[in-house]
Amino acid sequence: MKLLIDSHSAYAYTGGKTFDPERPCVVFVHGALHDHSVWTLLARWFAHHGCSVLALDLPGHGRSEGQALPSIEALGAWLWRVLDGAGASQATLLGHSMGSLIALAAAAQAPQRCQQLVMVGTAYPMKVSEALLNTAREQPLKAIDMVNVFSHSRMASKPSYPGPGSWLQGGNRQLMRRMQTGYTHGNLFEHDFKVCDGYAGGLDAAARVHCPVRFILGAHDQMTQARQARALAQALNAQVSLLPCGHALMTEVPELLLATLREVIPTGVPSAASVHASTQ
Amino acid sequence: MSGYADPGFDTLALHAGAEPDPSTGARAVPLHLSTSFVFENSEHAASLFNMERAGHVYSRISNPTNAVFEERMAALEGGIGAIATASGQAALHLAICTLAGAGSHIVASSALYGGSHNLLHYTLARFGIETSFVRPGDMDAWRAAIRPHTKLLFGETLGNPGLDVLDIGQVSEIAHAAGLPLLVDSTLTTPYLIRPFEHGADLVYHSATKFLCGHGTVVGGVLIDGGSFDWQAAHDRSVAELRSRALDSAGTVAAYAARFTELCEPYAGFHGMVFSEESTVGAFLLRARREGLRDFGACMSPHTAWLILQGIETLSLRMQRHVSNAQLVAEFLSAQPQVAQVGYPGLPAHPSHALATRLMPRGCGSVFSFDLKGDRAQGQRFIEALKIFSHLANVGDCRSLVIHPASTTHFRMDDAALVQAGITPGTIRLSIGLEDADDLIADLKAALKFAFK
Repeated sequence: MKLLIDSHSAYAYTGGKTFDPERPCVVFVHGALHDHSVWTLLARWFAHHGCSVLALDLPGHGRSEGQALPSIEALGAWLWRVLDGAGASQATLLGHSMGSLIALAAAAQAPQRCQQLVMVGTAYPMKVSEALLNTAREQPLKAIDMVNVFSHSRMASKPSYPGPGSWLQGGNRQLMRRMQTGYTHGNLFEHDFKVCDGYAGGLDAAARVHCPVRFILGAHDQMTQARQARALAQALNAQVSLLPCGHALMTEVPELLLATLREVIPTGVPSAASVHASTQ
Repeated sequence: MSGYADPGFDTLALHAGAEPDPSTGARAVPLHLSTSFVFENSEHAASLFNMERAGHVYSRISNPTNAVFEERMAALEGGIGAIATASGQAALHLAICTLAGAGSHIVASSALYGGSHNLLHYTLARFGIETSFVRPGDMDAWRAAIRPHTKLLFGETLGNPGLDVLDIGQVSEIAHAAGLPLLVDSTLTTPYLIRPFEHGADLVYHSATKFLCGHGTVVGGVLIDGGSFDWQAAHDRSVAELRSRALDSAGTVAAYAARFTELCEPYAGFHGMVFSEESTVGAFLLRARREGLRDFGACMSPHTAWLILQGIETLSLRMQRHVSNAQLVAEFLSAQPQVAQVGYPGLPAHPSHALATRLMPRGCGSVFSFDLKGDRAQGQRFIEALKIFSHLANVGDCRSLVIHPASTTHFRMDDAALVQAGITPGTIRLSIGLEDADDLIADLKAALKFAFK
């Protein structure tokens, strides 16, 4: 699905279903140097279980055009403009890593529109070390390799993502490289990291959020360690789920993540019969 | 994992894609000889079929043991994923048929394994897929052979029969400039000797029957995606080129005539799925598995995958011995008066020696041919005199192998036709195994003496 937002084409994956603004809406927000494809299994599942989904490509990432936006707050505001364009008045906001901060900022900007907030692989503040920022600036491919190692907790994660036979480290590396080389306005990796590093509005935003909040964290996460999310979780009065994985929760434990999200997100009509019929 | 770098080759060869079995604690990779896998409930079943959840349904599409082999090969090659197939030929067929259909065109190296040449030249032509063959070192010929309907370029790391080394970097540049992927057969080199993705290849396949298995026990293949080729961009470019040339009779751009519609346009065979939207970097593998394995069905037996995994665990150790033995044997043969020439890139006289040294610094395999200064009868006498080498039609076994093409694979050809194929009546092909090099050389020495007595 493509929308014209701020004079630029914005892409959102809708999970193999036509977006219906009358259904409960779930918005998936990716992290640094990623795109919608980190969410496709989950997005497809919710789209086929009573929800309408928008798995976004942030500006300058994947299929969305334009320059990357300069701050978490700007990205939160952009998110609501996408939902306005799609005709969705309210939504569950679900973000990973940098995307979790965007979802938080958006929830704070329009609390009445955010039904639930789910922050996956998050931390606050999301500081990036000076060394990694420098590497991202000067040797982005090396920085991608480093982050790729930090993001994965093991050499085998079953049933793998998006399916058996996929080597997660290889897939993530190529996705990040694709985002980096496909961006024509500068160094996207450095930009995304700076956006994460520079976000200082987390606790203020938390004070404005009224909806239920769930944190889903990786017990072995080296990028956003679970203990670094504690203060924000308390400020948001969030329930916290800890899964046995690293930062790449969507790909390392897709089944556990789905099971956790099914506890959190109402799915409208989870009729096995209707789902079965749609796959024939 | 810890540290700032990926695990090394040997660590990946032992651990990638597998951990101790969570249900039994088994340390070795379990062999899952099961055609199918139980659904938790009907909702789970529907979700698996509809690609909302990952998991195993039926072993033609995926199997837990095969998945370990696939993930391990992807890790060793530096790719994003892989698909195990019934044979190397099945892997080649899967790669081509995922991208090409009637009316498509391929540009291929002329220095190919005979079975691959047959598939391209005769069999796929019967289904409307045409191939132009070019000499692997002729870059102008690669470039000139590309047509609007070309779907991929294809070559072997070490070409048959002369072991011409494919300049993957140059050929991939030509392919990418034209918006095309490069497919490489790396059977004779394995990822231990060269990782084609690092040089620009986009898809790699192996006959896993050979060095990956390494023990001459099972037939299998594997197709690996590097994940670097941007199918959507190539498709968009192709659509734009069509738009600039002509509109169809309805006055609209014929998007379905563009390249890679199989990956970038809705697929009616899977609920209108657009594979490039489902996976930005893995669209090819999704389609290959969801269509190619589903419909053509050339899957690997889990038992085969399990045996090949045993081989991969010692791949680097075996390849080191294979290439060191091969170098010693090649040097011995090149010094014998009964030998006209030895076609091994590890020797300075080989036309690809410099390229091989650059691309394959660890060695250039252990399969090569040499020419006896004799006739067919002497070639046969030589073969029959060998005691350690086994006379058979395979390569990449841990045991040394030999074949005389003029009296076996090419026996119908007269001498003139043999020359056209790059073979002489005295050509002998060797696959050097893991035996003691001194014993192999002694065996060859005795056979040469017998053949020319």
